[in-house]
Parts: sequence; C-alpha cells; structure tokens
Amino acid sequence: MDERTLRVYLFHQPSKKVQYALSILAIAVVIGIGMLLHDWIGYQVVALMLLLAVSMLAIFLDIVPVLIAALLSAVLWNFLFIPPRFTFAVGSAEDRLLLLMYFVIALINAVLTYKIKQVQKEVRRKEAKANAVKFYNTLFNSLSHELRTPITTIIGATDNLISLEKKLSPQDQRTLINEISIAGLRLNQQVENLLNMSRLESGFLRVKRDWCDIKEIIYKTIHVLESVLLKYKVAVFIPEHFPLFKIDFGLMEHVLYNLINNAAIHTPENSAITIEAACEDNVLVITVADDGPGFPAAEIHKVFDKFYRLQGARPGGTGLGLSIARGFVEAHGGSLTLENLPVHGAKFSIRLPAETSPSSNLKNE
Amino acid sequence: MSSPTILIIDDESQIRKMLSITLHANDYKVLEAPTGKEALPLIASHPPDLILLDLGLPDINGHEVLKHLREWYTNPVIILSVLSDETDIIKALDNGANDYLVKPFRTGELLARIRSALRLSQTDDNIPTGEFNDLTIDFSTRVVKKDGQVVKLTATEYSLLALLAKNEGKVLTHHYLLMNVWGPTYTNESQYVRVFIAQLRKKIEQDANRPAHLITESGVGYRFIGK
Repeated sequence: MDERTLRVYLFHQPSKKVQYALSILAIAVVIGIGMLLHDWIGYQVVALMLLLAVSMLAIFLDIVPVLIAALLSAVLWNFLFIPPRFTFAVGSAEDRLLLLMYFVIALINAVLTYKIKQVQKEVRRKEAKANAVKFYNTLFNSLSHELRTPITTIIGATDNLISLEKKLSPQDQRTLINEISIAGLRLNQQVENLLNMSRLESGFLRVKRDWCDIKEIIYKTIHVLESVLLKYKVAVFIPEHFPLFKIDFGLMEHVLYNLINNAAIHTPENSAITIEAACEDNVLVITVADDGPGFPAAEIHKVFDKFYRLQGARPGGTGLGLSIARGFVEAHGGSLTLENLPVHGAKFSIRLPAETSPSSNLKNE
Repeated sequence: MSSPTILIIDDESQIRKMLSITLHANDYKVLEAPTGKEALPLIASHPPDLILLDLGLPDINGHEVLKHLREWYTNPVIILSVLSDETDIIKALDNGANDYLVKPFRTGELLARIRSALRLSQTDDNIPTGEFNDLTIDFSTRVVKKDGQVVKLTATEYSLLALLAKNEGKVLTHHYLLMNVWGPTYTNESQYVRVFIAQLRKKIEQDANRPAHLITESGVGYRFIGK
C-alpha cells in the first residue's frame, strides 16, 4: 500500500453502522481466540490482546464505537475469563485492580488517539486554507497584472491623445496609437484564455469530432504563428499517406498553437522547433520538441497547473496556456505529457485515441 | 456605381459608432439599427446593399432576424459574433448568411469581406474565366492553368475548385461543399472534402503546406482567395 492509499484508508472513515459492527466484531473475534487459547496463555494475556484490539480500533474509528469496544471488552473479559469464570464477580483484590487498570488504559487509549486525530484534522484544514489563500493571491496578482497593464496603457495613451493633441509630435501620436493596438491584442489574448479556462471548468466544452487532415492543422497553426516563428527553425515530419483522424479541428488547433507558441517563448531565438505526427494503433501521436534549455527539474511537474508560471518567465502570460492545452486534449480522452530531452530541450507529447480513415482510398473521378 | 449602403444591426452603440466611422471613411453610406425590431421595417423601407448583423441582439435573436430577412431579402448579410463557437456560425451560414466575422476583428478583414460579398452579389454566374494571380480557370472549357501550364484535374477536383472560385472570398461550409459537389447523400462524408482539398492544394498551390488560394476556416469550411 503506497502512502496515498494508506492515507485514504486511514482518513476516509466508514459509516457509523459499519463502525459499530466492526468494533463489536473485532472484540468478539479476540474473545473467541482468547477462549481457545485460554488454557495455554492465561487470562492476563487475553487482557493484553483485548487492549491491543481496542488500540487498533482507536486508530480507525470514531470515539463512540471505540468506547463501546472498551466497555464491552472489559465486561466480557471479567465475565468469561477472570476467576471465578462465567460470573461478574471478581475473586482477588489483584484481579479487581487489574480490571480497573484495564478499563482506564483502554479509555485513555481511546481518548488520546481521538484527540490526536482531531489535532491532525485541524492542521490539515489550516494547511488547505493556507494553500487556497496562496493560490488565490497568485491568481489575483497574475490576473490583475496581466489585465491592468494593457488597460492602463489604453487609458493613459488615449488621455494623452485627447488632452495633449497639439503638443505631441505626429511620431509620438503614432507610437501611442500603436501601443493601444498592442494592448488591445494582448487583452484579447488574456480574455480568450480565461474564457477557454472557464469553458473547460464549467464542463460546457463539447468535443465536435470530424474528419481532420493533421497536416492541415499543423501547417495552419504554424501559419497563424508566422510572425512569432520568423526567428526559429521549424521542421515538420508527417508520414506520407497519413490517415485522417476524427478529432475536433478547432480544439486541436488551439492545443498546437499553445504548445508551439510556448516553445517559442521559452527558447532563445534560432532554436529548432520540431513537430512530428505518428499513428500508433489508432492513437494519434503529435510531439512538439525544442532544443532550448528544457524545464527546471524542480518545476517540470507543475507546468500544467493552472496559473503556474516558471520562475523568471517573461511577462505577458497568465500561466493558463498549458493547462488549457491539457484540458482540451483530455476532453478528447487523450493525454498531454512533457519530458526534458536527454541532452537539452523539452518535448510535449499529445496522444489521442481517435477513429482513423485512410486518406487515399476514396474514389477520385 | 454609386456608393453602396450598409446597415449595421448591433445593440452596442460603441460598435455601431466604430463601424460607422470606418465605413464612412471607406465611402459607404451607413444605416444603423440597435435592435432586430427596429431593423426589419428599416430594411423593408430602405433596402441596403449589405447588412452587418450581430448575432447577440437583445430583443430578437440574430438567427431569427436572419430567417425573417431571408424570406425576401437577397443582398449579402455578414454575421458578427462574439462566440467563436463554430456551431453558431455554421447555423447562421446555413440560414443564408453570406459570411461571418468573430469579434474582435481587424478593420482590414471587415472591409475585405464586405468587398467580396458585394462583388459576388453583383457579378452574374456566367463569367467565362477567372484570373487569380498565378491561377487561371476557364469556366467554359473547364481548363485550369497554373503559371500558364495546364493542370490536370479530375472531374470532382474541378467541380470543387470551380465552386470555391466562383464564390471567391466567401466561406463555404463543409456541408455546402459536400451537398453541391458530391450530392445530398454525401453530406456526412466530410472526409471527402479533406482529401480532395489536400489533392487540389498539391496541384494548384505553389506550396501545398502554405496555401494561398484554398484557405481553411477551422471547423467551418473553406474560402477561396483569388488575389
């Protein structure tokens, strides 16, 4: 049992009824074993066995079923084991003390374990709350920065154009107008990301599968990103007679856009970006690899997290692109993974199970 | 020809103002209506040469306005939508819209769409030849030439290319292409369009991977660009 399943096992308690049944059953089983072994081990050892059972129950169950188990085991031990057996009477003063101590230890055990569990619960609750606060702080910082920067530019530039119209040189006016235009495009990109994220989270996203030419999707995306990719060496490898796949053209275009754009953003100019498509047993595999610095090992598992941005990343992103890409791929029933390449560079792999159709056997007349 | 009149139907006054300035500056006459209810009588009394229709109107849904319009109005209608949802766009195109633009759009794109829609509504279907930069299509003899060299096309390839080229600049949905090239029984066989477009690109484009004429409109269809 790994750590996670163990935790689930320990902290997901069964229902009340099951708990009572478990505590009574456990005591009954130990009493039964005790009865069988009584002649060899003596009644004191039976008490230790019962104590062990109560302690175990205390770890897994609520306080009430444990107290019931403690009480039940004390009464049964007295009745069935302490001489004179099969009476509630206790013969010697020593045994009376033993019975009392048994009962007190069982109670302390139950209460202590219960208290520890309460403290643990509280700690976990506080941790979760602190994480949530931290997460929302990051989110609001990043979002307010990414949305307010372009808005500030637009308002400031238009104010200047209106009130300083006569003082500004034509060249400055053009610069301001150009800045407004860039800010508008940047704002649009951010809003698009946020809309896509909420589309994913609301579960409203529908995958509209239709026959797609993978070559067409890849080259169209590269064309859309043309201005970004000017200074990169882009190579595409698609086998001849590659089949058509039934996938959502728009969503996959978006995924590739985010991956290729991401590769360009995180690698120096003149880096190579290689896009490859393959078909492995009706699974469409598309990889986007670069020969840049790769991802820091400490952060690689976080890159698909919402709003996560690499330490020292350039401004202009919300940390949503890769989580949206993964969301869209998973909506297809596929997977999106990232690995660092052996020497340098990083590789994203999309794997999509999809219906295929050979592209070359249609009638052409 | 006197300058064409364009009606803007959009509930946002900012958008109307921006479009109206843009269109005036490009020598179009402009009419405005903020709602579908106000637009319909206006179209009846002053039929415009082209309509820019926002799909998200507050009173009557843009799709409804389009349906009412298309009962008698034959001039081009270009849809403006904030939803990049293809289903909505395809529905509008199937209901008789000539083209679409997703907000936010660039002015250059808007003007190009308006020009091509107006041109298509004014030319008759029987033009004998089309000259598209490196590509010439003779619609009477069905001969296609790239850089002056005859390109051999199959009958289906030719029908597909001719249909797109005759609608130069206008987006044609997958459904429309299947219906008009392959026939009504093929309307769900979208793989045909994909495969034939790929073949056509190999034959008529200078670089099939960077098409200049046969442009993909993601999830919607294809558009033929002449120049």
